[in-house]
Amino acid sequence: MTSHATTYLAFLRRAVSISTDGGWRFYTWMTALTAVMLVGVNAYAQQLGGGMGVTGMSDHVSWGLYIANFAFAVGLAAGAVMMVIPAYLYRDHEMHDVVIVGEILAVAAIAMSLAFVTVDLGRPDRLWHMVPFIGRFHWPVSMLTWDVVVLTGYLLLNLHITGYLLYTRYRGERPDKRWYVPFVLLSIVWAVSIHTVTAFLFSGLGGRPFWNSALLAPRFLVSAFVSGPAFIVLALEACRRYLDVRIPEGPTWTLVNILRVTVLINLFLVLSEVFTEFYSGGSHVASAQYLFFGLHGANALVPWIWFAVVANVVAAGLLLAADKSRMHLVIIACVLTFVGVWVEKGMGLVIPGFVPSTLHELVEYVPNELEWRVMAGIWAMGMIIFTLGLKVAAEVFTGRAVYRTEPGAPVPTAPETV
Amino acid sequence: MDDLTRRRLLKGGGATLGAAAFARALAPITEWTDDLSVDGFLQKHYKELSRDEIAAVCKRLEAETLQDYGAVVQIGDVRPQPGVEFAYALNLSVCIGCRRCSEACHVENNHDRATNNSYIRVLRIDKGTVDLAFSDTTYEGAVPRADSYYMPVQCHQCDNAPCVTVCPVEATWKEADGIVVVDYDWCIGCRYCEAACPYHARRFNWTKPEIPAEEINPDQAYLSNRIRPQGVMEKCTFCLQRTRKGKLPACLEACPTGARVFGNLLDPDSEIRWVLENKRVFVLKEDLGTQPRFFYFFDE
Repeated sequence: MTSHATTYLAFLRRAVSISTDGGWRFYTWMTALTAVMLVGVNAYAQQLGGGMGVTGMSDHVSWGLYIANFAFAVGLAAGAVMMVIPAYLYRDHEMHDVVIVGEILAVAAIAMSLAFVTVDLGRPDRLWHMVPFIGRFHWPVSMLTWDVVVLTGYLLLNLHITGYLLYTRYRGERPDKRWYVPFVLLSIVWAVSIHTVTAFLFSGLGGRPFWNSALLAPRFLVSAFVSGPAFIVLALEACRRYLDVRIPEGPTWTLVNILRVTVLINLFLVLSEVFTEFYSGGSHVASAQYLFFGLHGANALVPWIWFAVVANVVAAGLLLAADKSRMHLVIIACVLTFVGVWVEKGMGLVIPGFVPSTLHELVEYVPNELEWRVMAGIWAMGMIIFTLGLKVAAEVFTGRAVYRTEPGAPVPTAPETV
Repeated sequence: MDDLTRRRLLKGGGATLGAAAFARALAPITEWTDDLSVDGFLQKHYKELSRDEIAAVCKRLEAETLQDYGAVVQIGDVRPQPGVEFAYALNLSVCIGCRRCSEACHVENNHDRATNNSYIRVLRIDKGTVDLAFSDTTYEGAVPRADSYYMPVQCHQCDNAPCVTVCPVEATWKEADGIVVVDYDWCIGCRYCEAACPYHARRFNWTKPEIPAEEINPDQAYLSNRIRPQGVMEKCTFCLQRTRKGKLPACLEACPTGARVFGNLLDPDSEIRWVLENKRVFVLKEDLGTQPRFFYFFDE
């Protein structure tokens, strides 16, 4: 066997070459994403220069679009586990063949969530204050430090799993189970932890009754198991159409079956929360009142949340009605529920926690144009990571990218399964 | 020219254009980096600095204030006094809602002039209720109104402070005399404390504060009223630059009705002890278990 020093460098070179080479469709897609990312970079540079005051946030609503997207992106990363569980715990072989799509999504989504918290910091230059031993890491007391631990851990786990599988395949070897299966099993538990901790960030605050609910962590997890699978169904469909790879139908329908249940449970949990708030009433209902119906003429979020409710209800119906001859229904449902969950647990969860304020002042928040630009830039960055990851994986898994000791040497026989 | 060379050329051109666009997009960042210094970047946490190191930091901050604001100021490292634990009480029966306390705070603590920031928010509440849902802070016109009473709210310096718990970098903590402080040079600006505080006592520096040189209060302390940097949290410190030197808080001195009582909890003869022992005292949102050091009371 050739030494790792040689093959790893060759692997990286090959990955770079795959990432920068493709058809016109690839170039167009990547150029568009890069352009959007640059718009975001520019907006963020303006924010650093002018201060956070250039955003729509205030002392009354001190977290906005960025933290809303952060919560959603963490869910997207955790949702990828809905591929890992069937593939590794239920030994679904077809899912096993495409599970890397979920793992790459986890990497891209964690990168996005880390970017979303970073752009929300007033002093990103002081991030090193959070590094254990060098700075002052307030662990285990502050939930935010737990979030840093679990997000970084999940990123490393998924980088290791995807990197190891792709690299051994590139070397033409069969991956050694001891080197990745324990990490995969750990990543399942870890996926649950990232979203639980993110929910605890909010639910642990006694002064914010809207968030201070034991139902928040279960809600976060279930909505993650909506947004994650919905995105993967769409991604698999895109791979089928635009990448030169064979994607089996089985995994898509496994995910649709998961979605059929999770969309309904998610709606049920929202309903439970709404019932408890409104039936018991009192001053605790003020935030929910603001969100769903408006409060004293302030009603910026009312159209958002009703759009989310309708989108999720329609998606639930479409998913139940869909079958293999009506794939378009699945696609519409996935788009609807993905956007629906984005609204419901992003803007619909973060903003009402601040409205009315803890002293019952009514100050509204609407993200301004600069915040939308920063957000678009981060999503573009995430999609760049996801696209390149998929492209490299497709080349490696089809055996088109494999290490050769010399030009023209026979291609080693690719192993049957990952 | 063969196809491969043409492809390489196009790619090279694309990469160059991309790099140029990236540099252009990042250009506005210089406005921010101009305000940063290497010494500031490397500065350690307040509790890890020796007395000499803090003195050096204060000197540097004084020089920066002179350069940025054109004002000569003295920044001291004023420490808690042994045997002193501060508490504050406010008489709701006599407060008339004139907001002079919040104006005095604005001046004393070198707040941003444009936003008219202050650590004190005065609530007008309908008589007959203690529910804050029936309050507002934007009342205008003559005070006091016959149908209302008034409740100024500032940092309650909680013994069980949610803001201290949630801070990921220990940039905020409770001092020996009960005051919760922020190291403005250590805070990363995540605003988790602002979300955690049940009393809306914390403020964020959304922009770099602007104050004319002649209006700057030159008597400053590192942990309290020095001009805050952009992008960090700030809060009421019971005017520690005054109270730790035996003076009274600016808000108390400004109060025309004598509604405010401030003092040392450990001194049995203090006025604050008399109020706590003899008046009908309550704390705001007692159910949250924050254990405030700020009390409200009514006359009989």
